[in-house]
Amino acid sequence: MKVSRRDLLAGAAGAVAVGATARGQAPADPSKVRGKPPRATGQRASAEKVQRIVRGATSSGTPHQDLMGIITPSDLHFERHHGGVPDIDPAAYSLLIHGMVDRPTVFTLADLKRFPSVSRIHFLECSGNLGRTAGPKTTPGQLAGLTSTSEWTGVPLATLLTEVGAQASATWLLAEGTDAAVLTRSVPMSKALDDALIAYGQNGEPIRPEQGYPARLFLPGWEGNTSVKWLRRIEVSDKPFMTREETSKYTEPFANGTSRMFSFRMDARSLITYPAYPVTLEHGWVEINGIAWSGAGKIQRVDVSTDGGKTWSAARLQEPVLSLAHTRFRHLWNWTGGEAVIMSRAVDETGYVQPTRAALLEQRGPGTTGYHLNPITGWIVQASGAVIYKEEAWG
Amino acid sequence: MGMTRPRLVCQLAALLVFVLTGAVSAQAPARFGIGRPATPQEIARLDIDVMPDGTGLPPGRGTPAEGAAIYASKCAACHGKTGREGPNDVLVGREPREGFPFAQNPRLAHTIGNYWPYATTVFDYVRRAMPPMAPGSLTDDEVYALTAFLLNANELVANDAVVDRSTLPAVKMPAREHFVPDTRDQTARKPRP
Repeated sequence: MKVSRRDLLAGAAGAVAVGATARGQAPADPSKVRGKPPRATGQRASAEKVQRIVRGATSSGTPHQDLMGIITPSDLHFERHHGGVPDIDPAAYSLLIHGMVDRPTVFTLADLKRFPSVSRIHFLECSGNLGRTAGPKTTPGQLAGLTSTSEWTGVPLATLLTEVGAQASATWLLAEGTDAAVLTRSVPMSKALDDALIAYGQNGEPIRPEQGYPARLFLPGWEGNTSVKWLRRIEVSDKPFMTREETSKYTEPFANGTSRMFSFRMDARSLITYPAYPVTLEHGWVEINGIAWSGAGKIQRVDVSTDGGKTWSAARLQEPVLSLAHTRFRHLWNWTGGEAVIMSRAVDETGYVQPTRAALLEQRGPGTTGYHLNPITGWIVQASGAVIYKEEAWG
Repeated sequence: MGMTRPRLVCQLAALLVFVLTGAVSAQAPARFGIGRPATPQEIARLDIDVMPDGTGLPPGRGTPAEGAAIYASKCAACHGKTGREGPNDVLVGREPREGFPFAQNPRLAHTIGNYWPYATTVFDYVRRAMPPMAPGSLTDDEVYALTAFLLNANELVANDAVVDRSTLPAVKMPAREHFVPDTRDQTARKPRP
């Protein structure tokens, strides 16, 4: 490539401009300053400070209040782990599949990438995704940041199970991670043979470490914990393994004195992401918008109420409406003043309607675990225009 | 129903596309021949899971007394002196003795004694994940001993019990009968064509 002296000078000027921007000093008239040269990786505009919401040592949430559309930027995808994020050498990585198979086999990462691949856009949600004790000053990301949507690329698990000769009498498999928790979950073969992926790609690039680099199990629509990250082993069996995660954790006591286990599917839910805390509104037209999703398929409808649930109207759904993916909904509202409570309610293609908190509480009881709680939630627009979370006691 | 002329043209065009692309896009084979056979040794090295019937339990043994010493040095800092104090998960406690009121009572800790449905899970989990800053560092005898200590503290095995691959699967857990598999349809609707 020929580089002229003029380009070099322009590049030097650009470097000066980079320094200025890094200090938050954009030129008064950008059209009078030569712009930046190309660079190997892009960065957010320096004025944009969007970040995940880190909660303790084991999770961080997606800041839904700062995002738009349906795809979650990979560096803002939520994380949840039980032994920290492992550092894995992709050249040393391998996946062992054994148990009730004709040919126990080891696959390297390069092996996995040689198989025919698919890419699908799906949400992934932690089953404990509700801040039950959230106060008024709660953002959408703090309330329900443990759901994100990405385009996932990988090899269908069914392809690998055919490759190793999984036996017809097999009904379950164990998925095991190579993190410090060596996390394990039992997965029914029916799901493994249906739409399960061994994913190595996320939004067009290798999966991020927090999402399971270099390869993970991905079970569309199911509670996030079952999509075992940093996958090192699959054991095919005819029984569930009753691991700690699927017995003492990720089970839900019910008011009838039972505890539900293997509750895989995430039920339909919606979340208004604008307006929400900490926004302050001005009188006039507001485009209420948010995300809705369901582990049972497509979102069919999202109803929005601006009067605390007395009346509802159907929001517009942003196309494409994808199965098992976040769906953006929008609803125009003319706020003329006074206090208002805005709420959203998702309905999926099976006809399932997102429940009220009262209905969930009656079924599950005040002492139940925080898994699979998907109640209708709302935001209060105060007369001043300040928006706060509509706090509700759990039990 | 008779075939209309435009539809016939469409079908012929589709056939032509099929014939042309068929030359380069082969039918997927039953197997691709990718990956290498796993050796019994490498399977044994990774295959650490333990099932409720005891499948996967290694040789070795431990008693509550042996486990108490290990617990005091390696576990008590996070789980409390007697397993009831925290700050991390409460491990010990049979209360309430009757019923299964977890849905009603938010203050009821989920312990090994009142909530865990399978005793084998204690061994499996401690061996793979504990202690958190040195996971996988305990010997099998140490894991048996810790399991014996925790089951004894929960009044599930006697003070002089020996926990090993034959006795552990036989330990009856009070919570087991309360666990029920989800009965919802777990499958997702397929994307509409």
